[in-house]
Amino acid sequence: MLDHPKDFSFETFSGNRGLDQEEPPIFEIGRTDTSGVDIEEPAHLEPRLGALERKGPIGLPGLSEPEAMRHYVRLSRKNYSIDAGLYPLGSCTMKHNPRLNEKIARLAGFADLHPLQPQSTAQGALALMEELSRWLLTLTGMSAIALSPKAGAHGELCGLMAIESALAARGEAQTRKVVLIPQSAHGTNPASAALLGFQPRVIEAGADGVVSEEAVAKALGPDVAAIMLTNPNTCGLFERNIVAIARRVHEAGGYFYCDGANFNAIAGVARPGDMGVDAMHLNLHKTFSTPHGGGGPGSGPVVFSERLAPFAPVPFLLREGETLRLVEHGDGAQSFGRLTAFHGQFGTFVRALAYILSHGADGLAQASRDAVLSANYLRVALRDVMTQPFGDRLCMHEVLFDDSFLEGTGVSTLDFAKAMIDEGYHPMTIYFPLVVHGAMLIEPTESESKRSLDLFVATMRDLIASAKRGETRRFTEAPRHAPRRRLDETAAARKPVLRWSAS
Amino acid sequence: MRYLPLTDVDRTQMREAIGVADFAALYADVPSELLLEAPLDLPRAKSEIEVERLLSAMAKRNLSAASAPFFIGAGAYRHHIPASVDHLIQRSEFLTSYTPYQPEISQGTLQYLFEFQTQVAMLTGMEIANASMYDGSTACAEAALMAHRITKRRKAILSGGLHPHYADVLRTISHFAGDEIVALAPDVRAREDIASAIDDSVSCVILQTPDVFGNLRDLAPIAEACHRHGALLVAVFTEAVSLGLLKSPGEMGADITVGEGQSLGNPLSFGGPYLGLFATRQSHLRQTPGRLIGETVDADGRRGYVVTLSAREQHIRRDKATSNICTNSNLCALAFSIHLSLLGEAGLRRLARANHASAVDLVDRLASVAGVETLNESFFNEFTLRVPGDAARLVEAMAEQGVLAGVPVSRLLPDAGLDDLLIVASTEVDTVEDREAFVAAMRGAL
Ligand SMILES: Cc1ncc(COP(=O)(O)O)c(C=O)c1O
Repeated sequence: MLDHPKDFSFETFSGNRGLDQEEPPIFEIGRTDTSGVDIEEPAHLEPRLGALERKGPIGLPGLSEPEAMRHYVRLSRKNYSIDAGLYPLGSCTMKHNPRLNEKIARLAGFADLHPLQPQSTAQGALALMEELSRWLLTLTGMSAIALSPKAGAHGELCGLMAIESALAARGEAQTRKVVLIPQSAHGTNPASAALLGFQPRVIEAGADGVVSEEAVAKALGPDVAAIMLTNPNTCGLFERNIVAIARRVHEAGGYFYCDGANFNAIAGVARPGDMGVDAMHLNLHKTFSTPHGGGGPGSGPVVFSERLAPFAPVPFLLREGETLRLVEHGDGAQSFGRLTAFHGQFGTFVRALAYILSHGADGLAQASRDAVLSANYLRVALRDVMTQPFGDRLCMHEVLFDDSFLEGTGVSTLDFAKAMIDEGYHPMTIYFPLVVHGAMLIEPTESESKRSLDLFVATMRDLIASAKRGETRRFTEAPRHAPRRRLDETAAARKPVLRWSAS
Repeated sequence: MRYLPLTDVDRTQMREAIGVADFAALYADVPSELLLEAPLDLPRAKSEIEVERLLSAMAKRNLSAASAPFFIGAGAYRHHIPASVDHLIQRSEFLTSYTPYQPEISQGTLQYLFEFQTQVAMLTGMEIANASMYDGSTACAEAALMAHRITKRRKAILSGGLHPHYADVLRTISHFAGDEIVALAPDVRAREDIASAIDDSVSCVILQTPDVFGNLRDLAPIAEACHRHGALLVAVFTEAVSLGLLKSPGEMGADITVGEGQSLGNPLSFGGPYLGLFATRQSHLRQTPGRLIGETVDADGRRGYVVTLSAREQHIRRDKATSNICTNSNLCALAFSIHLSLLGEAGLRRLARANHASAVDLVDRLASVAGVETLNESFFNEFTLRVPGDAARLVEAMAEQGVLAGVPVSRLLPDAGLDDLLIVASTEVDTVEDREAFVAAMRGAL
């Protein structure tokens, strides 16, 4: 079965393999004088361009419509997707993306609406933003919301800016420059803190995988502005000391930023507002099903406690009787200012609200419970053959394994992931969080049937048995059934080729 | 609930397998006082028909661009999007995948991003481009931060023609990052003297063309002045289509070029999601923010693509990263790239000329409206009018007549004393009848 891959990879004349078709870049297909769009040349034009007209060639290739369809359809078939299979990418919440949401986002009254048209002509859009705000505030138990952040990382900036503004109002912005961040945090947390001039101070989690009150107490001081804590954390565990941690942080004069990337475990089940959180971003592209789009667009609204509410950015919504007003300038008030042009990712607001209304409060809670149930189901089905870094214990909506079960097999976490590709799965998140050796973070979400989970378990068990039997090449040479085999990343970085050129 | 595949029987079986009696036991790690006892005071689940009915009603309360003669721009533009674009971006494999962490099964995404990077580099006349930022305004802020890193200086000069939202975003980020901003006064007629503001403490000048008032700016003399003082020129555009007709920022000496890409492939959507374009010189590669896609080969020697140079990014570099960006705007970048490949160079140039012709025609028609003055000497598809009285009130009055007329400058700069200015855009979508309706509505409202 395991012949050398060379034996079959180029056995066809064309390089194609049935439905797996090769496709060169547009620059090798199109021509600069071809166009797939018919535009009438203006009959008469006296340019008013000053002396700034573009003269030289640009080099952009054009494709007729059939050529374009073929190009992009062929490319699409080289991608894995949620619609095609289980996508257990931990921390990313790859749940089903309902198509109703796409349909509604495309209604002319939403899609064909300009952000700067008179607000009197966009009251429906503002009402949608108000309704989404109401849901997000109720689900989180928080006081105020900023809808404008463009993704989770942008939300982190938003939350930290509000915190710094609150500190400045107390005269402590210059003295409190440290942000406590656990080692298991996502890379965006320290990156966001550093970008704003804070020094990240690492706090260690205990042997049980969660942060203790004592560890936080020890790290606190008059120089601490805030703690950034992800809950549930990236090890798939609920930070069960969260209330005491929040109290300690507040007593020491700091604020509590919660990374809400993992809200899918607790939406409708528990509220961050009850946990002492001061600011938290929600990733609408995770918890609320707006499509990940191959890596965006996302959307990262931030909810605030009462203490931080006055510092929220512009724009924000005000209701004046029957009329909604979007306040776009914060002059004179305490708002910290503007984070982005216009009002945020409105198209994702439409999709998220469609998702929320479809589920209702009952359905959202059920979805969270199913997500946690499915992760734990995988955990118990795999625990005798895989290894859990923090002992055998309940997890939230994702389950974390380390690579000790692969010890002595000659198979690494990466090899194992690549073998999963051959079996038709997108691998889980690997090598994250960094606190665990060879981490494998599996998040099935609530969108999988029991049959799908059982098939996944059977496949994982077969792979593990195979690794233990010493069938190393099944892993080290994987993937062999994907559009490409392993790619040379070292070569890519050593001599970067970042654009096409005729060679 | 139609989106949840587990049945109650499944749930019971799975709970038994796990060894938990009920859902409370499943959440045993959550302190019990945090678990909600009663459902939240919010509506219950709804069918597709119900959700569609509710949200369609909200959509109907908006006056959409499709249902009125439409002349609004100022950073977001209405263009025709070929039907195939929207069809293609909704393919499951594009829509429901994520960041290409596993390149062997993400070549579709990686290749279109490689093509996108090349198209953006060509369009802007720059050497390299990244795989997109959130939008034009955040790309602009990233450019300033990058210029500070490269020059090891912390002062940015903002042209008075920069979109006020972009300037506000720069002010916010600079305030918190501890950087300095020198913002020149709003410059309606493109007469500001930027060069004399540049000295050896300046890291970059941020200059937009066409500027927010529609004026075309020659970047070359400012680029020269910047380079004399060891500063960088950051060129900004909000209308990507203009690059089909106008000298590219690269040609005029820009060091970093950022812009809003919404114009190609992406609907207005009340302000987002859009995509930020980010291009620069090869020599600044290591300081570039965001994701970069590179060409390489696989184990069989076949051409393929990977995310590369990620040692700049937050997931590797954490607090030393060049940016905190993670999720960016890939699907919007795909729409941009498909639209641009459909157009091709010839189509883009034609589209740009059609836009310019439309705006020229409207300017010419407005010459006959008494009391209204066009302030621009040069423009692409957007220009600024001085009107008698308050432009915001005029816009409201024209909206009542069913014409969406433009953006009053006071909406962007409420305290600048420019209440009689109106920014008007005209694209290929407008018909002669639309422009006639504009002129008639304006006459009627004045
Ligand atoms: C735990 C965590 N925090 C923050 C982020 C950043 O969110 P985004 O990618 O939307 O910027 C992510 C995901 O990518 C995450 O998993």
